[in-house]
Amino acid sequence: MSEKSGLIQELEALQAKAELELKNIQDSAALQSWRAEYLSRSAEVMSFFKRLPEAPIEDRPRIGQFANQVKTILETQFEKKESAIKQADLDANLQNERLDVTLPGRETTRGRLHIQTLVLREIYRIFAEMGFQVYRSPEVETDENNFELLNIPAYHPARDLWDTFYTTKPGVIMRTHTSPGQVRAMREFAPEPIRVTLPGMCYRYEQIDASHEIQFNQVELLAVGKNITFGDMKGTLEEFAKRMYGESVRTRIRPSYFPFVEPGGEMDVECFVCGGKGCSVCGGKGWLEILGCGMVHPVVLRNGGYDPEVYSGFAAGLGPERISMLRYRIDDIRNFWGNDVRFLEQF
Amino acid sequence: MELVYSWLKEYVDVDLPIVDLAHALTMLGMEVENVRLLGYPKPDGGNTGISFHGLEWDPEKFVVARVDEVMAHPNADRLVLCRLFDGKDELSVLTGAPNLYPYKGKGPLAQPLKVAYAREAAKLYDGHKSGQELTTLKRLKIRGVESFSMICSEKELGISEEHEGVIILDSTAPEGTPLVEYMGDAVFEIAILPNMVHCANVIGVAREVAAYLKKPLKFPDTTLLSKGPSITDKISIKIINADLNPRFVVGLLQGVKAQPSPYWVQYRLQLAGMRPINSIVDATNYVMLEAGEPLHAFDYDVLLKRAGGETPKIITRTARKGEKLTTLDDVERELDDFTELVCDSAGALSIAGVMGGLESEVTDQTTNVLLEGASWNFINIRKTVASQRLNSEASYRFSRNVHPALAETGVRIGLQRMAAWSGGTIAEGLVDEYPTPRVDPIIVISESDVERILGIQLKAKEIAVLLERLDFVCTIENDLVNAQSPAYRTDIGKDVIGKADVIEEVARLFGFENIPPTRLQAELPPQRGNRSEERDRLIQDTLANLGLQEVISYRLTSPESELRLYPAGSEPEVPQYVEIQNPIAVEKRVLRRSLIASVVEALERNIRHQERLLLFEIGPVFLPNKDELLPDEPARLAIALSGLRHPNTWDQKGIQLLDFFDLKGILEALLDALHIKEYVFTADTHPSFHPGKCALLSIGEDQIGWMGELHPKVKENYSFLEAPVLAAEIDLDMLFTLSPKDFVTTPLAAYPPVIEDLAMIVPEGTTSAEIEKVILSTGGILLKQVNLFDIFRGEQIGAGNKSMAYRLTYQAPNRTLTDNDVGKLRIRIINQLEKELGVIVRKAD
Repeated sequence: MSEKSGLIQELEALQAKAELELKNIQDSAALQSWRAEYLSRSAEVMSFFKRLPEAPIEDRPRIGQFANQVKTILETQFEKKESAIKQADLDANLQNERLDVTLPGRETTRGRLHIQTLVLREIYRIFAEMGFQVYRSPEVETDENNFELLNIPAYHPARDLWDTFYTTKPGVIMRTHTSPGQVRAMREFAPEPIRVTLPGMCYRYEQIDASHEIQFNQVELLAVGKNITFGDMKGTLEEFAKRMYGESVRTRIRPSYFPFVEPGGEMDVECFVCGGKGCSVCGGKGWLEILGCGMVHPVVLRNGGYDPEVYSGFAAGLGPERISMLRYRIDDIRNFWGNDVRFLEQF
Repeated sequence: MELVYSWLKEYVDVDLPIVDLAHALTMLGMEVENVRLLGYPKPDGGNTGISFHGLEWDPEKFVVARVDEVMAHPNADRLVLCRLFDGKDELSVLTGAPNLYPYKGKGPLAQPLKVAYAREAAKLYDGHKSGQELTTLKRLKIRGVESFSMICSEKELGISEEHEGVIILDSTAPEGTPLVEYMGDAVFEIAILPNMVHCANVIGVAREVAAYLKKPLKFPDTTLLSKGPSITDKISIKIINADLNPRFVVGLLQGVKAQPSPYWVQYRLQLAGMRPINSIVDATNYVMLEAGEPLHAFDYDVLLKRAGGETPKIITRTARKGEKLTTLDDVERELDDFTELVCDSAGALSIAGVMGGLESEVTDQTTNVLLEGASWNFINIRKTVASQRLNSEASYRFSRNVHPALAETGVRIGLQRMAAWSGGTIAEGLVDEYPTPRVDPIIVISESDVERILGIQLKAKEIAVLLERLDFVCTIENDLVNAQSPAYRTDIGKDVIGKADVIEEVARLFGFENIPPTRLQAELPPQRGNRSEERDRLIQDTLANLGLQEVISYRLTSPESELRLYPAGSEPEVPQYVEIQNPIAVEKRVLRRSLIASVVEALERNIRHQERLLLFEIGPVFLPNKDELLPDEPARLAIALSGLRHPNTWDQKGIQLLDFFDLKGILEALLDALHIKEYVFTADTHPSFHPGKCALLSIGEDQIGWMGELHPKVKENYSFLEAPVLAAEIDLDMLFTLSPKDFVTTPLAAYPPVIEDLAMIVPEGTTSAEIEKVILSTGGILLKQVNLFDIFRGEQIGAGNKSMAYRLTYQAPNRTLTDNDVGKLRIRIINQLEKELGVIVRKAD
């Protein structure tokens, strides 16, 4: 084994120098000039291949091999350095593009349905799943449809239950409830069975304040057929209450009076705010009244074209504004038709 | 109605706590919302359905006490010192009550006074502050005399607003007894349903409670303790129309003296919401509250005088035309010819069942009282109440149909109470005119009736037991029950109605709570859906998706409000409206004819709070129809927009304002959602809109609606800002009718389109619609789309001209189009445009 050839020593020195320089390089311009210096065709490593004849013949393969080795090492180190610098450049660029992510998002234009449109749809959906279909009827009604045919004759004490807007045309009033739709539906469909949802605006003569409105929505339910019982009414309304107010809500129906039903009742749900303990929403009562209901009165069935000895049915009526007021803690009923966008855009 | 707990307990043994009693009343159909407690502590709340309020009287601090002597205060004229025994100690108590002054300095009282006494540290209401403000009794010196306790007024105990004098209890009150034990009470505020007038009295409620608790009712004794001569020759009665006055009963009490009623009577009346007057009037009120029959007391001597010494004769009849009567509220009333009166030979005495006349009213000087109990036609009473606008406790009851049997019961109980509290002798017998005694209906119901309506299976016997608890008289035949309505109820009808009435009673007593819920098993009706509801949903959803906010307005408005949509001075003639006869306000006196007016007002209301507003509403307008009783209620859609096109953000300030084409784009998107293709917008004029920025939307021959920018002079009628206001109103019924129910898709093209631009110089007056029409009709089936993409005006185009650039898309379904195909079409289109519209197509550069 001969001593190290002078060429090898030179190569080693060159490698050491190149590696040292590479180590200190920080940007791609310096890297490119380093490459030109050490790895281009005219670079120093290349010149060793030309100088091979200077060495003894028997050393030449070893020196050539070593020169190749140095070249490969430097190339590999170059690539490594090059990718490191690229990564660093990218990192620096990305860093410069950093946003204040807490700045507000660009406002898009979201439209909204009126809250009562949403609540009405929710009610329709629940009842539709039980086979009740929407049936609409006019808002300006005859006294006959609104009262007489619903077993509320003129001067009957029950008339006190409704403060009515009369039009200047005799016998024509603003409907005080959606119940005239019961008579209309029955007269249209008799003797077929009926399951309808009767929705819409109703009117009552009142002085408007935070809890009284002259215009309000009502949704009624009417089922007529053979063998429809009070138990069916209870079952249907309890299902509704669970869908509307939550699976675990407790309900009760207590006796009440509406001339177009008998037996008549009102349904309360346990206050879903306080769970029945009493709070400001339920006025300390623990129960919230949500709807009126009852078995269709025989006089109404007869007026609708159904024999009360054969057919029976139930009706129920609820106030969608009340549902919203309770659910969203709306303290002023005037918000509904006041059309203040600051209110409407909260839904 | 205010139901007094202690009073109720006179007629039925109630062994329920207050909370449970309230629940029972509610479940019987007499909803209890509030309970006022006098002395009792508040029960633990929670799911009771009731709110409690009132003052607790601590049994250690509030007791009945005896005042033995009333002495002058050494340093104050208006104060007295009472020597008082509270059951344990003798004390000296300071008070300023004027009703003790008469006893001052009289030495030891022969008849000691019983008072409500509050010891030191008692919590009570401050008698000198308005409202109910709690205070605690503390030891202090008043004008040199130490005071630490109090003789209470009603106000201090939460009984009434009375705070001038102290309460002087009945002499039997046992000193030393805690006050809550002696007179603690509860008042249930119960809702009396319109058909439950038989429960608008204490006995009526007691009956229901007795039925609920399966306990007997302790009805007051109605035997007359008559000691006087017979009434028979003292009075006669003539009923002219028994339909209006089925029964008239009178009794006579002689030698009475009006005086303050015993304290327990006054206390009960007050708790029930009536003001004590004197022992005669109090007795009539007491019996009305107790038994449900409004009584009327006449001064018999006045009747005698009016009859000129003859036997007075009561006549009941309707008023004569123009007849007048001064009622006891001192108002002279002109009477309607349907109003029923109680008269004597000299004329009207009182408005039957509503209010007495001033002249024959009892006074403090009255010594002989004729007591009336009668039965009146409730509908006639209601007419009188409505016409005279005169409500009273009596008319409240009579207008809900009081059973004629109560007339007699009421007089019997009334005479006894009156004699007990005012002295006097009850004349022997009553004069009772009852031409056609009422026959209470007998209802036949079967087991299957009950099952068919209620869904519960009850045997005839079980049904009868339930009804008998409510005093129905029942007989059973197999599965049938014959039930006769009790002689105090008027709400049970006949035949099929009576059956429903009785089934309701069965349900009520069985307990709504005990009827098991079931699922509907009845046949499902044909499922039809609802087109108008589906339509509304589609339109609402589309518009909300496009960024619009839905509003819902009052349907009641005023013609003036709708006329704001016209420039001042050029308003049209006011059209016919559906008018409200009894509006709550002039600005809500008609039903709207215009929906756009509502939405523009909604826009106005919000314009100062919002930089951009896009609103819509759907709903009916109301158009009188001369051929129909009811108006037409066609559905409309209205849209109103104003403000910035895009919302302002922190890096982009919006300057573009919403304009005509934003609104048009919304309408086009809506038409697209409805798959309506064959629509046109044509320039039109409408007084509400800018004459150059108004379009009519038509589909075929049908005019569907108008849109445009509000006329500047219309804008002046509102408080809008500078930005233009765009609005549209669309006939929804028509729009939806013209929307195809079904539509088909186009297959996706397999061959690439050829796209070409075509720019042309056009006279200003030529519309885009005209150009598009020529291009499309000439281009044939290969021309798929024409889109305007640029409009340019400038010197190089020449004044009065504009340059319009269109992008044309050609496509064939079965091959790739060649330049040759398209070139031929292009030349035809250019020629046609130049020929028909005189445009100059700019050659490609």
